[in-house]
Amino acid sequence: MANFETPALREYPVIPLVHAGTMAHSKPFVAKPDLQKALGFPGELPENWEKQAVKKLGELVDESRALRVFLDSCVKCGACTDKCHYYLGTSDPKNMPVARQDLLRSVYRRYYTLSGRLFPKLVGARDMTKEVLDEWYSYFHQCSQCRRCSVFCPYGIDTAEISMAAREIMDSISVGQKYCNEIIGKVFSIGNNLGLPEPALRNTLDGLEEDVKDETGVDVKFPLDEKGAEVLVITPSADFFAEPHIDGLIGYAKVFHQAGIRWTLSSHASEAANFSMFIGSHENLHKVAFRIREAALDLGVKRIVVGECGHAWRVAYSFWNTLIGPFDFLDPRYPVPQHICEFTYDLIQRGALNLDKSANDDKVVTYHDSCNVARASRMGTMPGGQFIIPRAVIRASVNKFHDMEPGSIHESTFCCGGGGGLLTDDLMELRVKGAQPRMQALKHVVEDHGVNYLAAICAICKTQFAKVLPYYQFPMDMIGSVHGLVSKAIQLGTKE
Amino acid sequence: MPIVVNGQSYETDEEGYLTNRTDWNEDLAKEMAKVDNCNLTENHWEVINFLREYYEEYQIAPAVRVLTKAIGKKLGPDKGNSKYLYELFPYGPAKQACKYAGLPKPTGCV
Repeated sequence: MANFETPALREYPVIPLVHAGTMAHSKPFVAKPDLQKALGFPGELPENWEKQAVKKLGELVDESRALRVFLDSCVKCGACTDKCHYYLGTSDPKNMPVARQDLLRSVYRRYYTLSGRLFPKLVGARDMTKEVLDEWYSYFHQCSQCRRCSVFCPYGIDTAEISMAAREIMDSISVGQKYCNEIIGKVFSIGNNLGLPEPALRNTLDGLEEDVKDETGVDVKFPLDEKGAEVLVITPSADFFAEPHIDGLIGYAKVFHQAGIRWTLSSHASEAANFSMFIGSHENLHKVAFRIREAALDLGVKRIVVGECGHAWRVAYSFWNTLIGPFDFLDPRYPVPQHICEFTYDLIQRGALNLDKSANDDKVVTYHDSCNVARASRMGTMPGGQFIIPRAVIRASVNKFHDMEPGSIHESTFCCGGGGGLLTDDLMELRVKGAQPRMQALKHVVEDHGVNYLAAICAICKTQFAKVLPYYQFPMDMIGSVHGLVSKAIQLGTKE
Repeated sequence: MPIVVNGQSYETDEEGYLTNRTDWNEDLAKEMAKVDNCNLTENHWEVINFLREYYEEYQIAPAVRVLTKAIGKKLGPDKGNSKYLYELFPYGPAKQACKYAGLPKPTGCV
C-alpha cells in the first residue's frame, strides 16, 4: 500500500488539530493538450493566462448570481470549519470549506470589489499568480463537491459551486485534470466513461443473461437498443464492468422481469454519469446529457429510469428538464426522470414483487447516503424521500438493518471520499484520509450491531469503498449495491 | 516515463501504462511486474493472455465478471472468483493486469 498513514478510527469522532500544509503536495495528473482540446478547452497555457483567468471569473459571477452571493456573503463564522471530511481526515486547514472558498474569493475581491481594488491587503485580496493557480489546482481537487458544508452554513454558501467554477476557470486556460477530462472525452468518442464499445457491451450483457439463467433457471433479459421498449434505463457504465456494481444491474433486470415491464439499455447513451458537472462545464454537461434525449427519442420509450449513480441522479433530477427537456414525449403519469429505487419501491408498494428477506439473512446491512442524492435531489413525493425510499427498498429485501449515527446520514451524510472527480489512483492518499469520517461511523455499527454489508446507490461510492475499506481493516467485499440485495431476495418465477 | 527493456526504451504514461499498445512484448510485461515486486507465474500469464485476446476482439478489457468466468473455465472453478484474481494482482485485477498486458487503464467509476 501507499506511502502515508491511514487515519485512526477512535472511540468517538474527534475534530483534529490544525496541521498546515499537510496536503499541499496532493494534486492529480494534469490533462494532456489533446484531452483538453477534445472538450473545447485550449491545449496550452496562453501567454496572458492571468488576465484570461480573471476575465473568466468575471464572466462566471455575471452569469451566476448564486456564485457572486457565495463569494460576497461569507462572514467567517466558522460553522463550516469542522464539517468537511477532507479536513477531518487530513487536518490541513486549507481543507476547511471557508479556506477553500477563500482561494477563489481572494482573487474575486482583488478584481471585482471596490475595497479589493483599492486596499487589497486589508481585505485579503490576492493577485492572480502562478502560486495562486497551483494552490487552486491542489485544493480544488481536494473538494468532492459533496455540499455537506453548505448544510451547516448559515448563509447556505455552496462550496461545490465555487469549486466547480474554479475548475472551469482552470480548464479555460488549459489547466485540466486528466481523470475527469479523459473520461468526458470517452463519452464523446465511444459513448461511456469506460470506453466500452457496443459489441463489448452486448457481449457483457449476453454473459449476464447466461449467468442469471445458470443461477436461477429463469430467462432474465438484458436488452440493448430495443425499439419500442417502455422504459429506457440509463445507468453508470461501471454497472456493466465492476464489482459489486454489476450485482445492482442484475437486480434491475430481475425487477423488470418480475414486473413484466419491457425495458432497454442504449448503446448510444450507455452512461448515466456526467463528469462535466465536476468540472463546471455547462457546454459539456449539455453535450453528454443530450445523448440520453437522443436515445430516448430514437428508441421511442415512454419512461426513463436512472440506475444507481449519485451525481447522475443530481443531473437528471435537478438539471435535465432545462438542460435537455422538455420531455413531453414521455408518459406524464410517471416521474420524469424516475430513480431505479423509486421504480422498485413503487412496485413493492403495489405488491408486484415477491421478495424473500431471509435470502439475505447472512447480512447485517447499513446504508450510506450518497452525497448528490442526499443533498442535491429528491425521490418520491414526500420530503426526505431520497432517504426514505432507498431504505424502504433495503428493508423490504433484508431482515437486519441498522442506520449509522444520525450526524453521518441523511442530509448530514459524509462523502465516501472519492466523489466529485477524485476517484483516481493519483489521489489515493486524499481518498483514504477523506473516508475517515464515514469509516468512523461504520465502525460503530460494525461493533455494536455486527454490520457486515454497506449498501450504496452510487458507482463512485462503491468503487471508492471497495478500495478504501481494507485500509481501515474492513473487508473490501463489504460494499454492495442496494439492488444487489433486491437481486438476492427476489423470488423469480413466482409472480410473472 | 519510459521503461527500458533489453536496451530498448518504451513510452509509458504517468502511471506506467504503455503508451503504444503495439510496443508490447513478454519481457516488457515481466519488467513492469518487477517494478511492482510481482513475479509473473503461469497463472498470471493466463490472465494476461486472456485480457489481450479479449481486447483484440472488443477494444476494451473484459468486465471483472467476464474475466473471472473465463479464468474459472480455464483453471478450475476454485479460481473463478475475484478473490483469486486479487491474490494474483493485489492492486486490482482490472488495473494491474491491464498494465502488464499493455492495455490502457480502465477509466470511469471502476
